[in-house]
Amino acid sequence: MNSFFERRYVIAGIFITILVILLARLFYIQIVDNRYAIYANNNVRRQKISNAARGPILDRNGKVLVQNVPFYDIMVTPKQVKPFDTVEFCKLLGIDRAAFDKQWIKAVKYSPYLPSVFEKQLSATTYASLQERLSEFPGFDSTPRYLRTYPDSVAAQFLGYIGEVQDKDIERSGGYYHPGDYIGVTGVEKSYEAVLRGQRGVENLMVDSRNKPKGHYANGLFDTAAVAGQRLTSSLDISIQEFGEKLMQNKEGSIVAIEPSTGEILCYVSSPTYDPNLMVGRERGNNAAKMYANPYNPFFIRPIQAKYPPGSSFKPLSALIALQEGIITPQTTYFCPGYYKAGNRKIPCNNGEAHGLVNLSSAVAKSCNGYFSMVFQKILDHNGTRQTEATFATWRAKVNKFGLGAKLGLDMPGESRGNLPTPLHYDNVYKPGGWHSSTIISLAIGQGELEATPLQMANLECTIANQGYYYKPHLIKAISAQNVIRKEYTERNYVGIDSQYFDPVINGMQAVVDNGTAIRSKIPGIVMCGKTGTAQNSHGEPNSVFVAFAPRDHPKIAIAVIVENSGEGAHWAAPIASFIVEKYLRGSVSQRESGITPEYFMNANKLPDIIPKIRKTVPPPIPPNLKKDSANKANKQRR
Amino acid sequence: MNNQRSFFFNVDWVTVFIYLALCTIGWFNIRAAVFDPAHAGILDFKTDYSKQFWYIIFSLGIGTVILLLESRFIIALSPAFYIISLLLLILVLVIGRNVGGNQAWLSLGGGIRLQPSEFAKFATCLLLARYLSATNVRIAEWRSFFIAVAIIGVPMLLILLQPDMGSTLVFYSLIFVLYREGLSPYFLVISALFIVLFLTSILFTPLYVIAVITALALIIILLFRKNKKLTVTIITGLAICIAFVLSVKFIYNHVLQPHQKVRIDIVLGIKSDLRGKGYNVYQSKIAIGSGKLWGKGYLNGTQTKYSFVPAQSTDFIFCTVGEEWGFAGSGVVLGLYLLLVLRIIFIAERQRSPFSRIYGYGVASIIFFHVFINIATTIGLAPVIGIPLPFISYGGSSLLNFTMLLFVLLKLDSNRMGIV
Repeated sequence: MNSFFERRYVIAGIFITILVILLARLFYIQIVDNRYAIYANNNVRRQKISNAARGPILDRNGKVLVQNVPFYDIMVTPKQVKPFDTVEFCKLLGIDRAAFDKQWIKAVKYSPYLPSVFEKQLSATTYASLQERLSEFPGFDSTPRYLRTYPDSVAAQFLGYIGEVQDKDIERSGGYYHPGDYIGVTGVEKSYEAVLRGQRGVENLMVDSRNKPKGHYANGLFDTAAVAGQRLTSSLDISIQEFGEKLMQNKEGSIVAIEPSTGEILCYVSSPTYDPNLMVGRERGNNAAKMYANPYNPFFIRPIQAKYPPGSSFKPLSALIALQEGIITPQTTYFCPGYYKAGNRKIPCNNGEAHGLVNLSSAVAKSCNGYFSMVFQKILDHNGTRQTEATFATWRAKVNKFGLGAKLGLDMPGESRGNLPTPLHYDNVYKPGGWHSSTIISLAIGQGELEATPLQMANLECTIANQGYYYKPHLIKAISAQNVIRKEYTERNYVGIDSQYFDPVINGMQAVVDNGTAIRSKIPGIVMCGKTGTAQNSHGEPNSVFVAFAPRDHPKIAIAVIVENSGEGAHWAAPIASFIVEKYLRGSVSQRESGITPEYFMNANKLPDIIPKIRKTVPPPIPPNLKKDSANKANKQRR
Repeated sequence: MNNQRSFFFNVDWVTVFIYLALCTIGWFNIRAAVFDPAHAGILDFKTDYSKQFWYIIFSLGIGTVILLLESRFIIALSPAFYIISLLLLILVLVIGRNVGGNQAWLSLGGGIRLQPSEFAKFATCLLLARYLSATNVRIAEWRSFFIAVAIIGVPMLLILLQPDMGSTLVFYSLIFVLYREGLSPYFLVISALFIVLFLTSILFTPLYVIAVITALALIIILLFRKNKKLTVTIITGLAICIAFVLSVKFIYNHVLQPHQKVRIDIVLGIKSDLRGKGYNVYQSKIAIGSGKLWGKGYLNGTQTKYSFVPAQSTDFIFCTVGEEWGFAGSGVVLGLYLLLVLRIIFIAERQRSPFSRIYGYGVASIIFFHVFINIATTIGLAPVIGIPLPFISYGGSSLLNFTMLLFVLLKLDSNRMGIV
């Protein structure tokens, strides 16, 4: 001990103070500050996502319409790459050097240590040649990704396609989707997204500082396995769908066929169509661009988005409403002089052809414009001409009950409501009170402002076939392996017409096919009831329209066919419809009395002229048997 | 017989217990830091923890030998130790192996390497104690002061040439010894002042720093304007301080090496280079911070297990403690060190011989400085200068040196009743 004995306290004091400062700092970063625990977690935890296989979609008989096929994304971790033969690698990958450099820079920019996608969606065949040599290129790796494939390349607009999620999808999903995920963009793929997508699996891995996996976080407590998406059974019949697409090739138009007893859509053709496989794989972008540039717009979903004047196919509906209201009876007759005079307007009947005395059934069969103009005027005027507006509103509501002028609620996005003009519309065009039954007389024959989608027309036939009700039309008849059916598809929608009134109308429709305008389309041994339409429009030749159902007793199929700008309903739409109906009911198409063959329609090109015109092939010469007298006679009886 | 019994009775078992506890903690944490299931054995000398196991055994052996030696012998040989250590320091500059930028290692063959700077701390401590304990030496006298400074300064200079900044600074901690033996407290104050001035001059514009210290000086002068002598001292001091502040930028930019500059910048928060130069400290803070109160459990530290923290068995071993044992474990380790240095001070003060006391303070200062800088580094309070955590960090040289340092004190202490 010496005189500086007390300095021990100073030194001890300094030591204690400094160590207490360290302790305080430790307290701060270990207890107070929570960031470091998160950082440590971020350091080691890597989520490995395993994408769920998307549910397949089957046709009504269990045939595969769309299923999954593995594609391979080539991943790269720049830091693990060692010098390699770039030329050979590019060749295997099928890319050029510039694309390689571009991808490489992108990957390095993203992270030198983390894997990122180098080349997307290599097909199994390209991958096969690369796979065995992948070990020569350290740092490159592959991950499988399931994309769609369409074995029969049909029903493109029906199925729709999938695409990478957009930022807004990710936002809207509340974190369900991650960048790079696929989502249904159109069609059934979109409307049944939640059912099809399944549940992705998440593995929480631990990695070391070199990003090497070191096992599962918390022994896999938070890991989930991928759950595959559910299977959808569609209502489509692949055989008539394929047949329909062939019949409609090189034509603009649509076929919708529905099973009246269920509302299940059997055939859903939108023409021109495209091969849905084009929307998959590495060429997808180019293919899509080409299709967008196509003036015939293959992406346009005609069955629900195209609006056509129904033309004469509207006449049965008009008659039914009049019968229900008691304004006419089946026996009501009209003498057709070849035209109808409404006010100072003259509605010609089939190029001035006079039908003479017609009753309801024969008016339907002969498609007499005069008869239905008379009926329409009677309906609108029966409360007096001053009440036209209110009477029209009542009439409109009745038409609306059939599903016209409103969306039917199909299980697919993009449906149009068609057009059923409102009283307000006419008030605006003319003036309130300034329009009368004669002003809007063209509605009587399905022209004027009236427009319907092919789906609405087919649904109308279902209602007639069922004599007073329809089931909500739908594309997917059962969900999952348990075949769950939505309840809304099992409910009848009554249209407010008593079943007793249908017989005279159906008689007329049977006559249309048996000996009326559509006689050439008569199917041997099957009673088909139909109605042709030749709807005038501003785009050139009229649209050829045919609606029908068959067989007459216990109808199995209702159908609407529209061939745009091709001419008369009897010429194009009716034969096509008859082929589909027969194929569906019988499995094959038999020899027709009229001599028409499916091949002729498949080969015919009725694409409207668009300059520069593409895909127009020389139309085959009209078979000589079509020029025979019987055919000519039928031609004259058109409408 | 009697002699033998009293020998063991006289060894300070509290210190021995703390020493053993720290070595054990160290061994377990080294094992956690570099655990390799393929080489789980501890005897095969293949992994760091296996090697450390043998280092501990060897150090205990050396410690026992030291306890069996004559105190007189140690004191008598201290100049020889000192000269040997200086020779080794010169030798290492000539034929040393360069590890991590410092020419600090002598290879002894068979993969065994020695760090002479570690031994120099021990030898310097001994010689300093021997010199200051001489009856005619008074530190307050300039001559004695300069000789003491020279004893410390020569090895410092040689180590600085390696250049091992960390070990160099360790010698500065011996200022506590000089202070205890009568050095003016102003040296401590001035040291602290200069550190503060250095850091503030880097952080802020020197002009502001000069303005502030001038203002402070003026206030003091105004308050004690009667005291002429103080005024003169303050003005002189102020002039030196201003000169120092003005030279800081120069020292900083031209004397310090770039990596040292960056390390200082990172601690001061001027630079943040989390993926590059600041990676070590950042990951170390994450490791310790993520330990929370109770830690992640032994062998469960993800930061350490998955090698996010470099040098984690040596200079950054405290990360493992912080991550796997949490604040509780860190607190225990800090507590053990505090207990150890306070116990050493206590031991030093109970010595009758000045040599033992001075030597004791040397041991306390060196251990304390290591602990302070090492832990402060891992939690981002001090720049990285690369000095080990006594008894815990992996490394034979370091462990052996600290063991010798401590056990010589224990030997001296066990003899404290005798006349040395």
